[in-house]
Amino acid sequence: MTTLALRPAITRSPLLILFWAVPIAAALAAMPWVFDPYRTIQLAYGLIFAIAGLGFNLLLGYTGLLSFGHSAYFGVGAYAVAFMVKYLHVQSMELFLLGTIVASLLVTSLFGYVCVRYTRIFFSILALALSQVLWSLAFKFFWVTGGTDGLRVPTPKLLGVATPDSEDKIHFLSHGYYYYVLVVFLLCVALMWVIVHSPFGKALQAIRDNETRARFVGIRIQRYRFIAFLVSGVFTGIAGALWVPLNGLTTPDILYWPFSGEIVFMTVLGGFRNFTGPIVGAVAYNYLKDFAVGFTVYWQSVMGVVLVVLVLVLPTGIVGTAKVLAAAARKRFGR
Amino acid sequence: MTALLETTKLTKYFGDTHAVDKVDFTIREGEVLALIGSNGAGKTSLVNLCSGLFTADSGTIVFRGQDITKQTVQNRIASGIARSFQVVNLFDDLTVLDNLALAIFSREGMTRRLFTLADRQHHVWAEARDILQQFGLSPKSEQRAGGIAQGERKLLDVAVAYALKPQLLFLDEPTSGVSTREKAPIMDVITSIVRSNKITAVVIEHDMDIIFRYSDRIVVMHQGVVLASGSPEEIRNNESVKDAVFGPTHA
Repeated sequence: MTTLALRPAITRSPLLILFWAVPIAAALAAMPWVFDPYRTIQLAYGLIFAIAGLGFNLLLGYTGLLSFGHSAYFGVGAYAVAFMVKYLHVQSMELFLLGTIVASLLVTSLFGYVCVRYTRIFFSILALALSQVLWSLAFKFFWVTGGTDGLRVPTPKLLGVATPDSEDKIHFLSHGYYYYVLVVFLLCVALMWVIVHSPFGKALQAIRDNETRARFVGIRIQRYRFIAFLVSGVFTGIAGALWVPLNGLTTPDILYWPFSGEIVFMTVLGGFRNFTGPIVGAVAYNYLKDFAVGFTVYWQSVMGVVLVVLVLVLPTGIVGTAKVLAAAARKRFGR
Repeated sequence: MTALLETTKLTKYFGDTHAVDKVDFTIREGEVLALIGSNGAGKTSLVNLCSGLFTADSGTIVFRGQDITKQTVQNRIASGIARSFQVVNLFDDLTVLDNLALAIFSREGMTRRLFTLADRQHHVWAEARDILQQFGLSPKSEQRAGGIAQGERKLLDVAVAYALKPQLLFLDEPTSGVSTREKAPIMDVITSIVRSNKITAVVIEHDMDIIFRYSDRIVVMHQGVVLASGSPEEIRNNESVKDAVFGPTHA
């Protein structure tokens, strides 16, 4: 861990960030014209999970809190949208996002108030236990939540514009909806980048590194953890809200603890000590899972082996390893 | 000199151990006060009580005329109390410069800002660099705090506390764990900075050469109580201190 400090005091210049960000954003924008619709939709899933990963990593990578309960906040986003459709007959994606932010704030406030009083394994287990409470509510209150049948979510209106009847759903999801997801993703990335590079973000890293010293420079530990928890939950909730129209249905599975494990997996795969790690990890995980499911019925075993190899061989994740290799190459070639 | 901090019958027990036992203790404004005593005498416990790490069982702590006994650590820091630690407490994964900047951000109340880029706060980084220069740590500014030498870590720990602009600075064994050769230079830097900035300092230290050389006044603790208090010369010649603190070699 010693060589893996998050970027220190002086972050990269804005020009350097744009040098990387603009071509990547352009490439992502070109995907619907390069990939077939199925691959584009897969990428949309990846970008959505990346938003959840960014939120999750604000707690793990920056605050030092490992949550095994982030399925709860993803599920809150998904069910908030489903409830708005079922009970309020809302169709607007913007209202879905607004409603999700409010619902996520309410739930994360409640859960965060309890969880941030604890750290390490106690925090992790408490987060997991609370997520299971939501799962059991979704499972048991079937007359409200649809139980295991779940709740259907139709194609939403984007920016107030309804999808023309002539447009088939696959085309909508792989074009209009993909671009909507892409824009929200880019906004979330930009927002999270600012947050982790703000004085607040520095304070979170301080808490992660040394709680005692953080207290003794005047940082109110629990308050900052609570705010990080809220931000993390809202990001994950937004991901859930974007996911449900793409999936067309939400069921209690999305609140169940294995999905929390998937969010952890994605983040570790990309590298939790890097800002871009959860993004790369989420997209890679999504393709990897898709490949494994198509490859064998024992796909969970494949994913398990990947996780073991990852921890043993690439503990810094894809991005961390790439950085180490790039640094070694620069050293070797004298740059 | 007026009293900056006063404790009255300050008490802290851990089970049957009387770590601090009804201690009346005064720190005068502007002095460099040494707090000495054998291991377990209650020095660090007293500092922990005054800085807010421990809560007192009974007694009061008054700082600049205000009762701070029940105040939080953060409020004490805001009042002007800061400290360094016997076992260095730093943000090891952050750079040396970041460690200082964090203290300044916190002091300025800026850590509440989520949507401001830290790097754009040029005055903070300039002040952090200035402090590093005062402590002779400029060459290490971009290194990880966890990767610098022990003596430098000790200095950085004090520098982080100093960056909070305290009026009263507790230094818990600022030279422990460093080589004998490094001790005097470290104390030279620290005392020069606290004296030139008129900061009152309380130093816990075991090295008597350091104590006698750098302190204005010495308070001796033994088994949770204050055994003696006086100038370095008075303490040097105090027989009960010799017996209790310096042990049989001085008998």
